[in-house]
Amino acid sequence: MYRQTEIIKDASQPGIEGDMVINVGPQHPATHGVLHLVITLNGETIKKVEPHLGYIHRSIEKMCESLSYRQFIYVTSRMDYLSAHINNHACALCVEKGLQVEIPPRAQVIRILMDELTRIASHELWWGAMAMDLGAFTPFFHAFRERETINDIMEDTCGARLTMNYIVPGGVMADLHPDFQKKTKEFIQLYKRKIHEYDELVTGNIIFQNRMKGIGYLSPEDAVSYGCTGPTARGSGVSSDIRKLYPYEIYDKLEFDEVLESAGDSFARYMIRIGEMQQSIRIIEQLIDNIPEGDFQAKTKAVLKLPKGEYYSRVETARGELGVYIVSENGTTPYRIKFRSPGFSNLSVLDHIARGSKLGDLVAMMGTLDLVIPDIDR
Amino acid sequence: MFIVKYIKDVWNAVRSLLKGMRRTGYYFTHHKEIITQQYPDNKDTLHLPERFKGEVVMLHDENNEHLCTGCTACELACPNATIKIITKFDITPDGKKKKAIDKFVYHLELCTMCNLCIIACPTDAIKMAQTFEHSVFDRSELTKILNKPGSKIKEGVE
Ligand code: SF4
Ligand code: SF4
Repeated sequence: MYRQTEIIKDASQPGIEGDMVINVGPQHPATHGVLHLVITLNGETIKKVEPHLGYIHRSIEKMCESLSYRQFIYVTSRMDYLSAHINNHACALCVEKGLQVEIPPRAQVIRILMDELTRIASHELWWGAMAMDLGAFTPFFHAFRERETINDIMEDTCGARLTMNYIVPGGVMADLHPDFQKKTKEFIQLYKRKIHEYDELVTGNIIFQNRMKGIGYLSPEDAVSYGCTGPTARGSGVSSDIRKLYPYEIYDKLEFDEVLESAGDSFARYMIRIGEMQQSIRIIEQLIDNIPEGDFQAKTKAVLKLPKGEYYSRVETARGELGVYIVSENGTTPYRIKFRSPGFSNLSVLDHIARGSKLGDLVAMMGTLDLVIPDIDR
Repeated sequence: MFIVKYIKDVWNAVRSLLKGMRRTGYYFTHHKEIITQQYPDNKDTLHLPERFKGEVVMLHDENNEHLCTGCTACELACPNATIKIITKFDITPDGKKKKAIDKFVYHLELCTMCNLCIIACPTDAIKMAQTFEHSVFDRSELTKILNKPGSKIKEGVE
């Protein structure tokens, strides 16, 4: 609920007199979306952060229950729109689990290639936005230069830049564009040529480091008990990469490292994402010349019906674990769908890590949690 | 020693800032590497990929004939009720009644460009166009009839 900005003058309760309550959002550039934080301050020190959700709730779960198994996949692009492709992937995996279809190897490789490109694009955008949160504006454009190349690749093959809807149950919607390999290799070249600029501009910058190191400490125990996943948890040294722990598609045959940092502060979470981009490049390099020939889609019935039962699948999106849970009553639409989105759990830790630090650091902490508000609200 | 560490820190800090400034200076003096697209001035040279999903259109050949049989597969595939097919019955020359489309109503304002209608169509009568400048002054202009006036189905398409 919206609270008026006020200085608490209530002398009856000890300790809260003189505290100030302020609102950040729902419309605030630093929250990257319609997130509303009610912050209790003592001077400049944060005493409490209460996130208020629901401003962009579209009841996606309920919506999906009225759509068929082919149709509901595209809606999930609108949750975490920065890793839309990976969301679609999770849903398709869940439906395929119910249908018991075998995915052709070519489709599996295409999916992974697109997943990793999406992950890089998402982290690029995060990097730019993160630097912008701390007052550096140009890195945003540097990040978008590389991201634009990925968007072009996506546009060629999937026909859209952000909400691709390229995955269908049983494979992918269309075959790769003939230029895909060439363009992806060009992107890898460009990335390798430019990545040192990221370090020169931001990572090594003394102002940036001082604002990140030791700020927003999250202990491994707390990361687990708050249910953090993805780079947020790995920044505290908690191994949580679904691609490693519960491999899907052909991730178990690929060589890549799970990036882990032990410091648990904002800078550790920052370094995780920088490292993950490099691991994604590594995965793409392994696959780009080894795309198997064959079908890009398995044969499925025109109307899909999942046998009665419960199905769960999980993937690693750019922000952490996305779980899709489907209850089927043997109909053409799901009886119940639940999404376990990474953003919600990662946001819930904000109050914990922000307490006791200064207001100016709150934006930096939010930046390193990489919040996407539609993913939190759904 | 405190003083050595202090000077070292200052030196490292200044160096890190200069490093960043060098990068900024590099782009300041290298105009060729700037890649901004001057939209809308570059409209003539702006080519979108052929798979780009801009809006749904119906293909017509030079005789004003299309391939749509009115089977409503696209209408059923659409998650947003964007498409409404209104059918009529044509009388063929030999006196038989034949189902044909009267109007293919397409609500661009409801369309999310998901491509599901295109892959559902058995005769490939519709496809995605590469237009993307969809703003209009009145909302009703976004509701379109995709089959051209006077068009009919191509001979032999079932
Ligand atoms: S692209 Fe999707 S939303 Fe648009 S008309 Fe086709 S099926 Fe409907
Ligand atoms: S456009 Fe295609 S799917 Fe839609 S009614 Fe016509 S023939 Fe059927």
